[in-house]
Formats: sequence, structure tokens, C-alpha cells
Amino acid sequence: MARLTVPLADPYVLPIAALLTAVGLTEIYRLGPTDAFKQGTWVIVGVAVFGVALLGLRRDYRLLENYKYLFGLGAIALLFMPMLPGLGETINGARLWVHVGGLQFQPGELGKVALIVFLAAYFREKREVLAQGRLKDWGPLLVIWGAAMLVLFATDDLGSALLYYGIFLALLYAATARIAFVAGGLGLFLAGAVAVYQGTPHVRERVTNWLHPWTTKAVYCPLTGQPALRQDCTSYQEVQSLYSIGHGGFGGTGLGSGTFTTASGHQIIPELNSDFIYSAIAQEIGLIGCAGLLLVYMVFVLRGFRISLFAGDGFSKLLAAGLTFGFALQTFIIVGGVLRVIPLTGITLPLVSYGGSSIVSNFLVLAGLMLVSNRANAELEGVRP
Amino acid sequence: MNRQLNRLAVVSVVLLTALIVATTYWQAWAAGDLKAKQDNAIQRVVQFSIARGLIYGPTTSTVIATNRKVKQKGNTLYFRKYPLNGFAAQTIGYSTQSHAQTGLEESMNDYLTGSNTDLSNAFHNLLNKLGSATVHGDSLRLTLRPNAQKLAQRLLGDQCGAVVAMNPKTGAVYVMASSPTYNQNLAEQHYAQLLHIQGACHEASALLNRATQGRFTPGSTFKIVTAAAALDTGAYTPSSGFDDPGYCTEYGQKISNALNPDQSAESYGHVTLAQGLEHSINSVFCNIGMHLGAKTIMDYAKRFGFYKVPPLETPAGERLPSGLLKPGTGTLDDNFDHADPGRLAFGQFTLGVTPLQMCMVVAAIANGGIVPKPYLVQKIVGPDGSTIKTAHPGKLGRAIKPETAAELNQMMQLVVTGGTGTSAAIPGIKVAGKTGTAETGTNHVYTAWFVSFAPADNPKVAVAVVLEKQANGFGGAVAAPIAKQVMQALLGG
Repeated sequence: MARLTVPLADPYVLPIAALLTAVGLTEIYRLGPTDAFKQGTWVIVGVAVFGVALLGLRRDYRLLENYKYLFGLGAIALLFMPMLPGLGETINGARLWVHVGGLQFQPGELGKVALIVFLAAYFREKREVLAQGRLKDWGPLLVIWGAAMLVLFATDDLGSALLYYGIFLALLYAATARIAFVAGGLGLFLAGAVAVYQGTPHVRERVTNWLHPWTTKAVYCPLTGQPALRQDCTSYQEVQSLYSIGHGGFGGTGLGSGTFTTASGHQIIPELNSDFIYSAIAQEIGLIGCAGLLLVYMVFVLRGFRISLFAGDGFSKLLAAGLTFGFALQTFIIVGGVLRVIPLTGITLPLVSYGGSSIVSNFLVLAGLMLVSNRANAELEGVRP
Repeated sequence: MNRQLNRLAVVSVVLLTALIVATTYWQAWAAGDLKAKQDNAIQRVVQFSIARGLIYGPTTSTVIATNRKVKQKGNTLYFRKYPLNGFAAQTIGYSTQSHAQTGLEESMNDYLTGSNTDLSNAFHNLLNKLGSATVHGDSLRLTLRPNAQKLAQRLLGDQCGAVVAMNPKTGAVYVMASSPTYNQNLAEQHYAQLLHIQGACHEASALLNRATQGRFTPGSTFKIVTAAAALDTGAYTPSSGFDDPGYCTEYGQKISNALNPDQSAESYGHVTLAQGLEHSINSVFCNIGMHLGAKTIMDYAKRFGFYKVPPLETPAGERLPSGLLKPGTGTLDDNFDHADPGRLAFGQFTLGVTPLQMCMVVAAIANGGIVPKPYLVQKIVGPDGSTIKTAHPGKLGRAIKPETAAELNQMMQLVVTGGTGTSAAIPGIKVAGKTGTAETGTNHVYTAWFVSFAPADNPKVAVAVVLEKQANGFGGAVAAPIAKQVMQALLGG
């Protein structure tokens, strides 16, 4: 398929994505064959969507640029969907899910790709005027992006909010080359973070869990209303996840030999195959395997930026950079959260975590990168793409 | 735009590199700390998927701790079983899922789970892990003598107290019994029940190892330390003379030899130091104490090991140092300026001494003045039968000159042949001992002690016995017979 539609695409990204998907699928299978079967089905759907995207856009994906506002509004619509009564569902305190029939779906994942397309197109068109800082040109941008941020806060999806903010700043910087914008953006982020910290108990709890996951004396536990050690209460998941990682040591326990259930068969870490899949993998393949896995992510990201550098036009560059940076940042937010580098916010590990919407959206990221690289390489070689 | 893109690429690489660094931190640097956390649910399971090493007596014919294999949801788990139901319970400790570990089960956990850092062992276990075969821990051979240990426990009965016996030359601990005691097999499921076990002293403290954690007023057994100081400094000889009016005068007040205000003490008249020890005459030691001063006596106590946590393989938190205690606290007071030298000299004042420490004192005298280093683990044997580690008897240093030790040996023999400790006499064997009867603050209720070693001419065993809250129970009457039977059991076997 890829051979036929994008014969000149970067030869690395597809095998790397396949490798990451396989690692994820293997670990999910090890944790629970039922989930692995579902994930396998989603991978097939993802590959199908990937194929359709390549087929449909093989002539010129740049026509997407013409529909940028549609993508922007689409992103908001997707993000907003879980808020609709009867359609949305709250899981783990965040309202991110849409329930149709027997299928659960996280539309926000697709919203990410749509928003990157919008941002890339908008920035390509307005990069010069934006750099001059004329307020009028910022309007549509701030409306769409601001709406996205609002929806994310309303649904308590902090991980995605952080991700979207990061992608926005990265593309803004890439398009305008104004470091001041990034500095201003980070300043606003800090101010916003402080405000959110003050205003939302949910966020305060995450930060406390991050700074002081272990207590030696009992503290008030909001889950039971009784005093308890924090590691037995709100930070339980984070702390047990660190134990899982620590137990892996240098070489890991070996695939299939990790310990994830208590002697009586209860799963120790909730959300193990989605948000916390990294701690499961870390226990079984150890430091050697984890370093390898993260290096694979790094190679993927570097190939992505290479594609962006070699792309011939602004839209292509920004699109590839946005998709790639989003991929890297998402990895950092979830793995960094699990490793206590930053406060934990629930978000999936691209291509590895269990989750259909995540798989489909990341295959779209892959399709985008392959389309851009195919075109760039064709232009370099003087072939008609 | 390429310059910005390059920078973004650098930022991305930095972010991912930070993840590799953080992973390294948790998996290499902090892994040990994480493993040691009490709430680590993974370790709790992992430890139980290891075929934990067994704990034996001196030979494999005595199995103290073994495993019960349970298949659960595809995992084979090994739970602890203690076939002797409470044999040296506080010393061995327990290993459970619900309440972690205590005793040797805790302190020797690395060996018992085969995770000690011995290279060949680690390699062997790694191979086992990779082949997902069961990891087998190392087994322990203890120095405890099963018959004497059981006898001591039986003799203690439900009285609160402890018995410690060791080889005075090597420090090998033969008996470490503490009462009230408990059955470790109940620790997993019926832990709350264990917290309510009471002995005759009405203290629910069966989990406490009185042999190493219990600090008791030593009473007259401490006179051995005072006598050691008196002789070793050269200030006195065994034949130094004293006049005993039945009391000693300190700070202008009379301190009676008798234990209770309603008793009148008999006066011994002119006596020697040796006779003072034989009949345990307080006024003799009171005068020595005032002459030597508290500092000299406590310096000798330190040479016997006071003020240091005695070395042993049990967890450090389960052993306490002996010495003068700050009133109302559990902390040691090493400022002796305010110590009452007279009362200190005959073992009252604020002294708190563990039975293990008192046993070390008599062992040192039996051993010609050198304090042996006590140990419980004779040998650690790998799963393949190879010896991982063998105990090498060590010493904690010389407390007194050999001549002083010989003099004290003779004086302590007098205690058993014609003094306060005659009920510890064993026909055909020379026994050296010292009684102790300490005030508890309640009239006629005492802490009864007996410390001894035998045979006095070639010591093979040293014993310390303590019994709490004995109503009218003097050391020579209640503690000495226990010491005698324990010594007999150890010398006969």
C-alpha cells in the first residue's frame, strides 16, 4: 500500500511505528489477552485509516490547507463531543469518552491531528503578519485554540491541555521565529498553572502527589475521608508504578515474568495497559530495554524533523513538525509523569498504550509524515509525486 | 524556518533524553530504596514467589522454618510455616504478606530470598529468572540448641522474662528465649490475637524480644561489673576488708542492705570483698562505688559492651544498648556526673540492662576477660548445598585483665558453693554465678536475675536468666534453678 501510494516516503518511520505498535501489543497481550485482541482490531482499523489517508491524499495533501477552518472547528467539535449528554462518559474523573453502541471512543485524540492541520495551515498563511503582532490576525487563531483549551479544562483532560499548549507554542515559534512569543506563552502558562492550581482541588492533588508521594504520617485521604498515608491513598498508583519500574532494574524480569497482581490476583496498578504501560514495560524489559525503547522514539522523532526540514513548502514543514513535536511531547508528558519528572496527567503513550482512538490518531500522524516526505523526496528527485 | 525546526528537534531530543535519565535513576539509583519500602505491593508478591531458604537448628534434623507451597492463579507462592510452633519466636521472627517481617526473617531476608550480592548466586538466580524457574533462597544453620531452647522456654512458662545462653569462648548463642511468647504460624492470619497475649506480668508484649530489647534493673548481678572495676584498677583485692553495719551511708543517709523498708538487714560485721560478693552485701559495694566513682564503674561497664548495641544478626531495631537511662525516657544517659555511685555499684539507680548484655558480661569473665562477639547464624548454605558463609567467632575486645577474670571466677564460684546462688549448683561440675534481686518500685515485687557460667575451670556455657515482677521472688530462689537446668542441658548435650 505504502509502496504504491507514497513510493518515495521516508523508509524509517513506518517500520519504527510498526515496531512500537508491536511492543505495545505484546505488552498488552501479556497483561490481558482480551484487551490485546481489541487492540489488534484497532490496529487493523488504524492501518485501514492510514491506507485511506494515503490513497486519498496521494496526489496532493496540501489541499487540506484550504479547509483549515473546517479542521479547526472540527477539532473543537471532536473535543466537545464527550460533553454532550447521552454521548459522553466519564472515566477516571475525566470526561473524554464517547459511547456509541458498544464502542468507546476518545474523540479528543483525533482532535489533536485536526488541530495540528489547522495550526500548520493558519501559521503558513499568516506567519509574516503574526510576527508583526497585529491583533486582528490573531483573532481566528486565538478563538479556535482558546476554545480547545477551554474544553480541555472543562473535561479535566490536563494531559491533553498541556500537549495542545506545547504544540501551539512550538508551531508559533517555528512559524514566526519570535522567541518572545514563546517566552510570553510560557509566562502565560505559568500564570495559568498557578490559577488552576489554586482553583482546582483535582490539580492540587496531582501536584502534591508529585512533590510528596510518600508520607511518614497519616494525612487526610479524600478518597475515604479517613487519615491514611498518602502512598496508600491518592498517590498509590504513582508510587506502585515506581515500584514496578524499580523492580525491573537493569535487565528487567523478562517478558511475561513481571509481577502486576497481588498474591490473591488483584491488579496492583490500575490503568496499567493505558496510562501506566510504561511502568509495566519497564519492569519486564528493565533499563536496557527502556533505554532502547526511548531511543526508538527518538529516532522516530528525528526522522520526523528531518522530513520537516526537507519539505518544500511552509505548510508541509509546519505540518510535519507539528505532528512530530506532538508525538515527542506526548511521550514526554506521560512517561515523564510516570517517572515523576513532571506531575502525572493521564494521556496515552503513542502507539504503545492500549486505546483505539490513540492508535488511529497516531496512524494518521504516520500517514501525514509519509505523505510529506514522499512529496519532498519526489521534488528533490524531480519526479511527479 | 529550518533554524527553528532544528531547535525544536533539539528540544524534543532533550525531553526524550530526560526520560532515559529518569528511568536510569529509578531503575539503577533508587531501585534499592524502592525495594525496601514497606508498602511495595510488588515486592510483597515477589518475595513470596521465591522458595525462601529454610532455617535449621545446628543440624538439618531441626527444621525451624520451612515453606508451604500454594498454587494461586498460575503463580506458585511460598508461605512460611514454623513446624516447631513458636521456637525462639522473637529471635527467628516471622515473614508474612500482611505484616512484613521481623527477627532473623527480616535481617537475613537477602540470603533467605537468594538476593544477596554474591556474584555466583546472583548469576545463578538470573539464569533461573530468565528460565522463569523458581528462585531458591539460601538456608540458615543456627547456633541455637533445640533442647536447651525448648527447656528454657518451658521453664519460663508464662512468667515474663528471658534466658540467654552462649558459648563464652566463641559467642555462639545457644539459647535466646523470651516470655511471653507466641506462635509465628498465627502472624499471617491472626496478628491481632498476638498483640493480646499476656504473660504473668500482664503486659501484652509477646512480640518483644526481651533477651535483646528488654532492659531491666540488673540489681546485684551488676556487682560483678563493680567488682571487676574494683579489682582491675588495683584499688582492691578479693581479700580487701570491709566493715558491714547492715547499711552504707551516702549523702548523709543510710542505705540499708535490705530490699524493703519493713525489713531489718542483718549485719555481717567484718567481711572481705570476696565474701561481700558471695553474700551479695550491698554496703560493701556501696562503699566501693563511692570510692571508685560512677565514672570508673561505667567505664568498665562500657568495656563489657554497655552503651553499644550488642552485635547480633537480628535487626538492629530489635536490639537495645544497656546503660544508665534518663528517667522517663528510653534514651541512655552518658553523663555520669549526677549518677549516684553507691546505688549504681550494687545495680540499682537508673541502670537498664538487657539479658544479652548481662550474658556477655559473665561470658567475658569466663573467657579470661575477653568479651566474645555473640552470633546466631553458624552457616549459610546455598540451594545447591554449597557453603555461602560460615561464622567466624570474633571478640569485642578485652574488658579486664586475665588475672582479674580469674579472681572473679573464683569469687563467683563461692556464690554457688556457699552464697546466695546455691540452688544453681550442679553435682560434679564447678559453677560460677551471681544472683540479682532488683527493686521494681513496688515492695516485695522484684526483678529476679541469675547469671552464671560452667564448668568454672573450663567454661563451655554462660547463661543469663531474668524474671520480671516476681512476688517475693529472689534471684537465687527463682532464677538460679532455671539457669542450672539450662546449663545442665547444654553441658549434657
